[in-house]
Amino acid sequence: MRKLIFIAPTIMFVVLVGLFASQLLSGRDPKTIPSVLINRPVPDFALEELPGRGMPLRSGDLKGEVSLVNIFGSWCVACAIEHPFLMKLKQQNVIPIHGIDWREKNPADGLRWLQKNGDPYTRVGLDPDSKVAIDFGVTGAPETFVVDKNGVIRYKHIGPVTEEVWEQTLKPLVEELRK
Amino acid sequence: MTLSIAELGQFSLALALCVALVQSIVPLWGAHRGDGAMMAMARPGAVALFGLVAVAFACLTYSFVVSDFSVSVVAQNSHSDKPMLYKVAGVWGNHEGSLLLWITALTFFGLAVALTGRNLPPQLRARALSVQAMITAGFLLFILLTSNPFIRLNPPPMDGKGLNPLLQDPGLAFHPPMLYLGYVGFSMAFSFAVAALIEGRVDAAWARWVRPWTLTAWTFLTLGIALGSWWAYYELGWGGWWYWDPVENASFMPWLAGTALLHSAIVVEKRDSLKSWTILLSILTFAMSLLGTFLVRSGVLTSVHAFASDPTRGMFVLILLAVSVGGALILYAFRAPTLQGGGLFTPISREGGLLLNNLLMTTAMATVLLGTLYPLIADAFALGKVSVGAPFFNAVFVPLMVPLVVVMGIGPMLAWKRGDLRGALSRLWVALAATGLTMAGSWLYVGGTIDDLLAAFGFGLAAWLLVATLVEWAERVKLFRAPAGESLRRAANLPRAAWGMTLAHTGMALVVAGVTASSAYKGELVQSQKIGEAVRIAGYDVTLTSAATVQGPNYEAQRGIFEVRKEGELIATLTPEKRLYRSPPMPTTEAAIHTTGLSDLYTVIGDPDPALPGAYVTRLYHEPLVPLLWYGALLMAAGGLVSLTDRRHRVGAPVRKRTGAATTAAVKA
Repeated sequence: MRKLIFIAPTIMFVVLVGLFASQLLSGRDPKTIPSVLINRPVPDFALEELPGRGMPLRSGDLKGEVSLVNIFGSWCVACAIEHPFLMKLKQQNVIPIHGIDWREKNPADGLRWLQKNGDPYTRVGLDPDSKVAIDFGVTGAPETFVVDKNGVIRYKHIGPVTEEVWEQTLKPLVEELRK
Repeated sequence: MTLSIAELGQFSLALALCVALVQSIVPLWGAHRGDGAMMAMARPGAVALFGLVAVAFACLTYSFVVSDFSVSVVAQNSHSDKPMLYKVAGVWGNHEGSLLLWITALTFFGLAVALTGRNLPPQLRARALSVQAMITAGFLLFILLTSNPFIRLNPPPMDGKGLNPLLQDPGLAFHPPMLYLGYVGFSMAFSFAVAALIEGRVDAAWARWVRPWTLTAWTFLTLGIALGSWWAYYELGWGGWWYWDPVENASFMPWLAGTALLHSAIVVEKRDSLKSWTILLSILTFAMSLLGTFLVRSGVLTSVHAFASDPTRGMFVLILLAVSVGGALILYAFRAPTLQGGGLFTPISREGGLLLNNLLMTTAMATVLLGTLYPLIADAFALGKVSVGAPFFNAVFVPLMVPLVVVMGIGPMLAWKRGDLRGALSRLWVALAATGLTMAGSWLYVGGTIDDLLAAFGFGLAAWLLVATLVEWAERVKLFRAPAGESLRRAANLPRAAWGMTLAHTGMALVVAGVTASSAYKGELVQSQKIGEAVRIAGYDVTLTSAATVQGPNYEAQRGIFEVRKEGELIATLTPEKRLYRSPPMPTTEAAIHTTGLSDLYTVIGDPDPALPGAYVTRLYHEPLVPLLWYGALLMAAGGLVSLTDRRHRVGAPVRKRTGAATTAAVKA
């Protein structure tokens, strides 16, 4: 009985190591944040254009081609970080990028910001009171959704889209979806 | 020249692996056979091992300093426009480099034992250094096979990707080295424990040799954790100093186990008791250090500041953990029952108090472990993704700490073997009175409602520990009972270890007060503040006078200027910033803090408010007594340092006969 006490630490340790090993070998990624909208059709919506820009965004526009939907705002600091890269994507003409201009205080601010920094978007919808952003489950700006040919949301990226994010995550997915 | 530096580093590491492998076998075998020449190899071996690893570390540092982007790690983590301090700190700001720092610390402790352990019996030293070399060999294999810091890029990029801006901070530049010296220092206690198990002998002398290494590691770890907490406080911008994040817990668990070890080693040394428990704690403490490394680097748990994780690396650390700790535990299962128990004692005694400390500390450690691993357990058994947050930890941790603090006050007043509780309490009447007065006083001061009772209890506990510690010290030096001259002489002659305890326990009292005030009375205001508008918090009027964009060396910042007035008088101007770093692009928050030395006013500027032109989102916090946390941690570390200089660590233990330990060990086993 006394001996058992001295073996107990070893037994507990073996259980613990087994637990770690199973977790490691399972290949699960604890970082994945499941989004309720993944693999669901985009919510139905029809947003107004940015005053003076034309080309408003409606849910029907997201069918027929793989596209990115980018949530941005002229007030959002991190959006300014990803903006040059979105412009680069636009110049390479690899994928249509649609914008949802979110929580703009003054409807003219969005267009002014795009005129100053460049306009990477094909269509842009104005969503000042978060009507559509809430349906998309947006948690903050910037956020980028990958939408497939049938208008189904396939991926959500939180934070700025950088070269690394595009090359490693989004581009392979887009190529896969185009097949 | 730059082309060959990285190769020199790599070569040096490979050579170190060879030395470590030889060192793992020869002295151990020598100790077994009683061969003096083979045992004598351990000392030069440890020196060579440290030298080779230090050369590799210097090579990597050089590559960072000259921004040699043909080295992959440098390209991934450094940038030419980074200030020099962060180029150097960048060496350990990534997985590969920090692992090299780990190994450098590991061999440094081996070197220290080789150079200072003149009083050590040769068998024990040879065995301990061999075990230390085995751990070193394991980690060298890890770095060479999975995380080589010297891999080249061809062609080299024009510039590096930069260091995570959150890590570009003086507090964090020194946090990892401190932490690693702490983590790794416990490897020495582990090596000594395994050596003692092989030898089959644990006695007072053994405890005396282990104690300085445990103390050194504990002191570094205390400082490392405090630095990390301080960094989180002023850098993350939420005014919190502890988040129960897995990475924080990873450093806290070895601290709890190490604190227990520190105290149980005293019992082994003074009373020749609790031997097998102390050995188990030595193993456990280092196991927690390895576990911390595993959790941070394997990616099995998510954390805000985890390293880039990789399952192969995770598997490797897990194997290291399994082999070293598993091996030690199996050895323990065989040998521990043969260790002879020493002096008996009643529950009410100094030993009893120290044992209770041990039980509470290890329970606390197990609780933190369970809370940290619970998401993993839930995931493994498909219970869904859960995260265990601060409410769980606070709910279980606080009830464990309350009895601990109570015992901390009484324990040092009790005699060894059989203590007199009533006598001790009557000598502590001053402390009891101070506790009552503090509870009543603080309760009335803050408003005297039901909600304030718990906080008043916390302040009372802090007062109890503080005054009880001072009473114990006063009794030792006969303060006010003998002429001042005699008290002074007694204070000067007091063993350094006793001073160490007084300092560390006083530090703990300050921490208790700081934690209580910060969790009960932290003031927080979040608002949209216009330029020129004043906000009132805790008696301060804080005016946002301007906000402008400024340029830093490798970032652009939005800087707000706050004027802080108290009763109309300007007492401080604070300039918090929201920075946008260029490489890699990432925003950080730089809080600005005005401290009175007892409380902090903490200001943060956020984005312009989209709904209100000319206004900014600002956050203001009033943090009462938070500075006590840092003073307390510093006092604890000072206590460790002072205790380390105790005379008995220099003169060594009274040498009992340890003749032919190898043969007696064989007989005993």
